[in-house]
Amino acid sequence: MSVPPFTVARFPARARRRTLDGESRRPWTFWVLAGLFTAYVLALYGPMLCIYVLSLQDVRGGLVFPMKGFSLHWFVDLFTQVRTGDVKGGFERSIMLAIMVTVLTVVGSFLAGLAFRNRFKGDGIVFYLMIGSLVAPGLVLGIGVGLLFQYLGLQASWYTSALGAHLSWTLPFGVLVMFAVMSRFDRSWEEAARDLGATRWQIIRMVVIPILAPGIVAVALFGFTLSYDEFSRSLQTSGPLNTLPLEIWSMTLNVTSPSLYALGTVTTLASFLIIGACLGAIALIQKKRARGISSH
Amino acid sequence: MSQIAATETPAPGKRIRPAGKRTGLLSWLYVSPLVLVLIPFFVVPIVVVLVCSFLEHDGFGGMIPNFTLANYAMVFTAELTWKLYLSTVKFAALTWVLTLLIGFWIAYFLVFHVRNQLLAIGLFLLCTVPFWTSNIIRMISWIPLLGKNGLVNSALISTGAIDQPLEFLLFSDFAVVVAYTHQLTIFMIVPIFNAMARIDKRTIEAARDAGASRFEIMRYIVVPLSRNGIALGSIFVLSIVMGDFFVVKVMSGGGSASVVAALFEDIAVLQYPPAAASSVILLLVVVVMIALILRTVDVRKEIAR
Repeated sequence: MSVPPFTVARFPARARRRTLDGESRRPWTFWVLAGLFTAYVLALYGPMLCIYVLSLQDVRGGLVFPMKGFSLHWFVDLFTQVRTGDVKGGFERSIMLAIMVTVLTVVGSFLAGLAFRNRFKGDGIVFYLMIGSLVAPGLVLGIGVGLLFQYLGLQASWYTSALGAHLSWTLPFGVLVMFAVMSRFDRSWEEAARDLGATRWQIIRMVVIPILAPGIVAVALFGFTLSYDEFSRSLQTSGPLNTLPLEIWSMTLNVTSPSLYALGTVTTLASFLIIGACLGAIALIQKKRARGISSH
Repeated sequence: MSQIAATETPAPGKRIRPAGKRTGLLSWLYVSPLVLVLIPFFVVPIVVVLVCSFLEHDGFGGMIPNFTLANYAMVFTAELTWKLYLSTVKFAALTWVLTLLIGFWIAYFLVFHVRNQLLAIGLFLLCTVPFWTSNIIRMISWIPLLGKNGLVNSALISTGAIDQPLEFLLFSDFAVVVAYTHQLTIFMIVPIFNAMARIDKRTIEAARDAGASRFEIMRYIVVPLSRNGIALGSIFVLSIVMGDFFVVKVMSGGGSASVVAALFEDIAVLQYPPAAASSVILLLVVVVMIALILRTVDVRKEIAR
């Protein structure tokens, strides 16, 4: 412990306060865990930074260090070469698919979250179906959806079968996040609104949604990322046109040039733009809310 | 509006409306979008796979509607099946242990050691940022580090620790476990962090005042109270590893296999019924694993608490 034992014995109250307010020395476990945390963050970011740096090489560049030259050559290569496949089309399709998945996931998991606050007949069945859908291996589900479409004589495509396959994974995930978000929601606010004469729709629109807004944005962020990055569920369901992860997959099999790294840099930039937009939205909501409270 | 409000306002003193028939209907209305996705895109496809696994096939992608158990017999008698499961379970177990150890201690550090709450949230977000980038790209990013001429090998050679590059770093079982741990630790950190953040710090102060050692505090307070987070994280990690083939394929360089990787090979040659039989068995294994975890905690009650 950070305080000598006799101090604890003689001044227990003071000793306790000292460990709380941060004046005391840190215990040795702090330094061990701080070391672990630093190592984890380095391992998390290190490899990614390597490929971002390596994607900026010039035409002589290879897959490993040392860095050869400095240019945007591989970015141009990425979007102009035929052998790297239809990266641009895949990118557009993945973004559109992810947007559709995000909207449907947000609406679906918000409503399901509302429903699960009360017990209702059959809620256990829906809950376990949801868990089942969450844990089912993606490829197995993809095969099922693919075969189903084949059996029904429908053409599988990224905006029908792949959309459904993605939703069967992002929706349960979103509902679980929604559970966590809603567990912090105080139902007496809702009751207060009802006592003041608000209708059910007004309560949802003017009380529940504004209070849960940051959590809803988090669900949106999850939905977008999970879909944008989904591979195994898309494999059998996306039909003739590939989504981006499928393009990257075929690239990892054929391409051994830094344009692979350039693709990594581009997709990461896109992800960061989206996170930035979402965080900006949260900040805006908070600011608006703060202003709303102060003006009343 | 006032009319509706009048009928909807509960009598004073009565908490929430009683769970009558209307609540049930409304709940079903709210949950219907979820059900409308789960039935056509989870229940029906799984049934299709189940049916398909009992059909004969002509070897050219066609299916003959005759009932047979041959697909299952083939899967169970093949020695390869057992090897695949052994290999997949090995990866799942190693990844689970590593992500749990790292994830638990990182969550613990953020919740109990970082005293400034804003800093703790900032560091937590720092851990989650890479999750928003592509997994495939994150996997590829090990090449410049672990490759034969990669940074790790060059560093070790230049310090004189080794004189031949280490071959096992990339395209090996080692690389597979590294990639899994790298990708999935976040799935442990988030739920455990959430569970730990709810622990009342005064409980620990009280235990400390009562003379509990550091170990006893962990054993009797922190671990039991983070149990749900651990269970939830384990569900994510195990189900992802059991269902993955991409990481195994890329990081092992084709050297190791997994159940789903073999499944993928079957589909590539249009062997749907054997693939379906193997899928059904895998699904059962995963469901049993998750059910065992769910038995230890009531995830639903805990999440919705």
